[in-house]
This record gives sequence, structure tokens and C-alpha cells, in this order.
Amino acid sequence: MINNKEALMAARDEAKKQVASYKCRILVCAGTGCIATGSLKIYEELLGLTKNCPNVTIEFAPDAGKDRVGVIKTGCQGFCELGPLVRIQKGDEVIQYVKVQKEDCKEVFEQSVLNNNVVDRLLYTQGGKAYKHPTDIPFIAKQTRIVLENCGSVDAESIDEYLAAGGFTALEKVLFNMTKDEVIDEVDKSGLRGRGGAGFPCGKKWKQVARQKEPIRYVVCNGDEGDPGAFMDGSTMEGDPFKLIEGMMIAAYAVGAADGYIYVRAEYPNSVARLRNAIAQLEERGLLGDNILGKDFSFRMHINRGAGAFVCGEGSALTASIEGKRGMPRTKPPRTVDKGLWEKPTVLNNVETYANVPKIIIEGADWFRTIGTEGSPGTKTFSLTGSIENTGLIEVPMGTTLREIIYDIGGGLKNNAEFKAVQTGGPSGGCLTKDHLDEPLDFETVKKFGTIIGSGGLVVMDVNTCMVEVARFFMSFTQRESCGKCAPCREGTKRMLEILQKIVDGNGEMEDLDKLEELSKMISQMALCGLGKTAPQPVMSTLRMFRDEYVEHIQDKKCAAKVCTNLRNYVIDPEKCKGCGKCAKNCPASAISGEKKAPHTIDSKKCIKCGACMDNCGFDAIYIEA
Amino acid sequence: MLDQSYFRKTDEIIEHYGKKAGSLIPIMQDIQAEYRYLPGELLTYVAEQIGVKETKAYSVATFYENFSFEAKGKYVIKVCDGTACHVRKSPPVLEAMQKELGLGKKKHTTDDMLFTVETVSCLGACGLAPTMMVNEDVHPAMTPEKALAVIEELRGKG
Repeated sequence: MINNKEALMAARDEAKKQVASYKCRILVCAGTGCIATGSLKIYEELLGLTKNCPNVTIEFAPDAGKDRVGVIKTGCQGFCELGPLVRIQKGDEVIQYVKVQKEDCKEVFEQSVLNNNVVDRLLYTQGGKAYKHPTDIPFIAKQTRIVLENCGSVDAESIDEYLAAGGFTALEKVLFNMTKDEVIDEVDKSGLRGRGGAGFPCGKKWKQVARQKEPIRYVVCNGDEGDPGAFMDGSTMEGDPFKLIEGMMIAAYAVGAADGYIYVRAEYPNSVARLRNAIAQLEERGLLGDNILGKDFSFRMHINRGAGAFVCGEGSALTASIEGKRGMPRTKPPRTVDKGLWEKPTVLNNVETYANVPKIIIEGADWFRTIGTEGSPGTKTFSLTGSIENTGLIEVPMGTTLREIIYDIGGGLKNNAEFKAVQTGGPSGGCLTKDHLDEPLDFETVKKFGTIIGSGGLVVMDVNTCMVEVARFFMSFTQRESCGKCAPCREGTKRMLEILQKIVDGNGEMEDLDKLEELSKMISQMALCGLGKTAPQPVMSTLRMFRDEYVEHIQDKKCAAKVCTNLRNYVIDPEKCKGCGKCAKNCPASAISGEKKAPHTIDSKKCIKCGACMDNCGFDAIYIEA
Repeated sequence: MLDQSYFRKTDEIIEHYGKKAGSLIPIMQDIQAEYRYLPGELLTYVAEQIGVKETKAYSVATFYENFSFEAKGKYVIKVCDGTACHVRKSPPVLEAMQKELGLGKKKHTTDDMLFTVETVSCLGACGLAPTMMVNEDVHPAMTPEKALAVIEELRGKG
């Protein structure tokens, strides 16, 4: 039991000793991405090899006379597309292997674990250069990791690994050396802003809860990462659950809360499992429960799983859902800090915000302010996805430019395609284009361009993406996820979706654009909650940045990206067509004609754009003309 | 009328979470996890047991997308249509499976109760887009061909 300061220090020393006793650590990525590519099988294989090897031991047995080898499941190592990822760590020497298959395990074990050789073919290569040490890889070298510092290098399922990495030093500091006000002041001074999207100052929020008359308060974590294309918080929850909990405990101490809730998306089963495991271990060791570390601080943690409603990412809807109600937002005020969960004052922050707190407490507010920008201190995690070479999880200082993220870290666009836009802030955000590549990414700057940092999804789009279709896609998402409580969102998004559908179908009229703008204005002013208010953002943003694409769809009935099915024009290349007649036979609309063994033609008036001809042509003679 | 075993299991679940209004959602989640759907009879029973009005329990159950009053297939396949997957061409993956299984926008489950095909807005494995989830396993970098191979494999398992 860790029930006082000395016991905590002793447990940490013991954990450090245990971790230091490893001659070699085999770190297998067990993030959602790598599990999907089969990393758990790799883990089992490497574990089997280690256990069956007579020269090493897996146990902590200092007198065994054998080297200790650890086979450890870590959180996301970041490089999702190249999974399964495995790192071999011997002291400061680390080898990063990518795309490790079951057949490779034996060689990796013999060469790199038992010996000090490198299996070259499993190294990451970029531009002809192979990289051995993970931090030399440009993708990782250009990052600054605070929230994700342990993610990928410690066992996410072991409290001892977290303790060995300095875990609960921050909690110890606040409980023994700081008053509640000092904790809040430190967080306030750090300038930490909510990482869930709105960027509200964290310290200010805590202050507002701390000064309430009502003695019962709650600490709630929003882990309902609903923005499609965002997985930073999921990776944090499954990669370093203890750090998130430590951050929440510090918040609870500061505002006087005895219960904390984490609301996790139903689609994140790994996050739920690792958090449950973390809570169970903390309860067992006495770090959650009554009189933590012997102080007048009692705290319990609860997990609530979401049930598939995007709107529950909104504060008042999230607390309603925890209470067992329909997850619908309510009018504000009262705000969550005044009346949140069960009508009690509530600190509601997202995963990344809490995960920043322990380090701020340890290193201090001034240190935190040295990272990032004046108005947006610290780092931001992003999930880099879409048409980009290196997809994955990254963390960079606020103010890093889009160019650095896309080209230096992301390695440029997939297949060297031409960059068109990057979508930030999910369905509540908008686009940044090549005009913004050298702008710093921070709360204030992106706001100027009509989008938001949001929770951190960065979806990169190349010239093969139709921005009108993207706007339609987001609108269909928000329309489907609208909770239906207020008319502007419920009806407005529906009308906007109908208009967008009409445009991508090739039936748009120029006045539709005015209607879209009018509806956007109406919804953003009148919807009840933040999600409704921001629902028109993707449309407004694409209309501003890519208006000519809308006009092209409407006036010329053309989709330059060749995405919108109804606007595709199928054409037969007479040079390639052998006149076999297969396309004509497969055409459900009898739109193709031609003499046998002579080039055929498609009657575009009859064509229903189904693409059956193209699928069936054996000579690649049919193409789409924009 | 459901078998008594359903009610016994439900009692266990209710006991685990406690007879209070706040337990409604987790109880429904566990029932659904157990039977792959939420039988209406059990919902009525739960409402009565935990002291929530039946209408209220139904209003909550119908609000959340995850609850289904219809039995789902043995394999619930959720094709991700989040932004990253959409941009990397997830719709053809969905269409291929729907076509193969005779499913569509209205019909989600095959008559032999083996497959349910749905979409989901993000699985959080965007780096491997397009993805899909079969029960709780995420499958990476899907193509229509790979999706059909997965179906074939599951059919073999039965």
C-alpha cells in the first residue's frame, strides 16, 4: 500500500530499480493502429521467444545470473501507417523497427536482443536513407513531446512503469508542498488553454469552480473524441492512462472534488480497457480512495462509455449522458462550472488538457511558457491523416507552421500529389490552403482564417479531392448527428445538406450559394450549442476558399477532381479501343454504340455514370473527363 | 416472451451497477453486449427495477445510435466513414460488402443472422485508413477486394 509520502518514494525507487534491471526492453506498440496491423501476435511471438530462451530471463531476479529481457506492450509509437512497430531498447540505444511480421521475430530476437546487430531490412527508410534510432527519424525528430512523452516507451498497463518514469511526482508535490490556490495559480500562470477545441483558459475554469459555495464538486474528463479523423485523445488514454488520471487528481485536489468521471467513446475499447486497468491498480495500491498518501484528500474515478452520439462531446450533453439521460445540450447559463454534473459545479476538460497538468506542476508555469506562442503556450497533439506520406500521431509546439507539419514531419503528400487543403477542427472547423502553409498553427492565427485548431485532427487533401463533396460530407455528418433539440440545427443542417446534395448531383443553381450563406449565418447565430453553431463552418470555409469549385459544379456542371459521380463524363479513347463490345454489353443504359472491331462511343445524354463500362474494359480505353 | 435466463442475466447486470437512474446507460450497454441487441422486454424490466419511467428509458435508448431493438448478426461490421477514411475511399468498401450480402441503407442484417453491416464515424485508426471493425477487431487499409475476403473468411468460420 502506498499510503504516505515515504511509501510513494520507496515504490518509485523500487520501480526504477526494476526497470533499470532490464538489459534489453522489447517495446511492441499496442496502440489501436498497430493492434489492427497485428502487433499483438508479434508481442506473443517475441514473448514466447524470450521465455523459451535459456540465456535470458523475463522475471526480476537479480541473482539468476541471466540478463533480464522485458517484452512490453506500449502505447502509440506514432508511426501508425508503418505498423506493427517494435523498438529494441538497451539503455540509451534504441532501434526502431517498422512493419515487423511474425516471420521477422526470430531474427530480431537473435540479432538485436541477444546480440547487438541491426536487422537492416526492418529499419525505416526515407529518401534512400535508413534510420536506426527513432528520434533520428524526421517524423519524430521534429516533434516536442510533453503529453506523449511516455507514450510508446512505457508499459501502459503497469503502474510501476509509470512510477519509474517519475509518475505521481506532481501529485506528491501538490499534496505536500502546495495549497489549492497555489496549484490553480500555477496552472493559470502557465496559460494552458483547453485542448478540446474552444481553447478556454484552464486555470480560469478551475478558479470558477473552486470559488463556488456548493461544497460538492466534480471533475470530468471529456474523452468523447468524436471528430472524424482525430485520434490523439484515444492514443493518450490508451498510451499513458496514468498520466491522465494524475492530471485529473491534481484538478480534483485544487477544486475540492471527491469524484472524477471519464467519458470515453464507445468506439475506443482499448482506451476503456487500459483506463479500467489503471484505476484498478491505483485502487489496489491506495493511490485512489480515501486519504490518499495520508492526506485529507479522497478521490474516486469512474468510467462512462459513450453510446454513439457525437453531440455528447458538448459539455452539457456529456454530463446529461453520465446522468443516464438523452445526451442533449441545454441552454447556458448556468454554465458547467456553476451547474454541471448532477447540477454541481464541475471542471470539464478534455484528455490532452489534463495530461498537460502533471508536467506543468513539476517544471513550473514559466517553463511551460517557453514552449509554443505567447497566446497559446505549450504543445498540441495532432493526428495527421488523409493524403499524406507519414500518417500518424504527432505533438508539436503551438505555432509550428503547416509546412513544417506537412512536409518536414509528414514527409509531404502521398504519391507526391499536389497539396490542396488541410481540414482542421473536424465538422466544426474549416480548411487551410497553400496560402496558409507558412502561417503558425495556434489558436489565434487559424481563427483569423475562419477555422479552428479544434481537437487536433489534420486531414490533408490533395488535388483529387472535391471540396464541394467534402462540404457535403461534413454536412451529412452534422445533420445525422444533430440531436434535434433546436430547430436551427435540426432543420437548418437538413436544408443545407439538401442544397449541397443538389449541387454535387449537378442540379445546382447560382442562387443556392446565397441560400447556403444565409442558412450558415442563421444557424451559427441561432443554434443552441457549440456544435450546432459551428456546423456550417466547413461550408462557409470552402465557399470562401474554393468558391470557384462551387461555381464550376453549378455553371459548367463539372467536377475538376472527378469525384462527383453525376458530373463525370465517361469517354472512350479511340486509340485504345479495340471494339470488343464488352462495354456496350455491360452498359445498363444502352448508352454505348459502335461497329464491331471499331472504336465505340458513349452517348453522354443516355449515360447514367455508373462506371460499369470502365470496370469491364480490358484495354484501359475508358477514362473520365473532368 | 423471453427465456427466464435473460432476466437472470439482467438482474446480475443491474446489481453490478446499482438500482439508480444513472445506471440506465451502462446497464443497457451490458445487455446489448451480451445479446448483441437490446430486447424491448428487458428494457421495460430494467426501467421498472431501477425506478425510471418506461417512456424515459425508451427515450434514452432510441437517442443513442449504439442501441438496437433489432437483433444483430453474429459479425457486426462497422465500416469507418470518418473524414480520413472517406478521403481514402471508404464508400466503395461499404458498397462492395452491401452488394455481396444483399444489404443496403434500409436492411443492415442478413437473413441468416450472420452479418450486420453499418457505418461508423471514426474508429481512431485514421493512420491506416480506410478501416473497418468486425465486432471489436479493427481491420486496416481496406479495399473492396480485401473486405470481400474478410466476409469469405467469416463465412467459413460460420
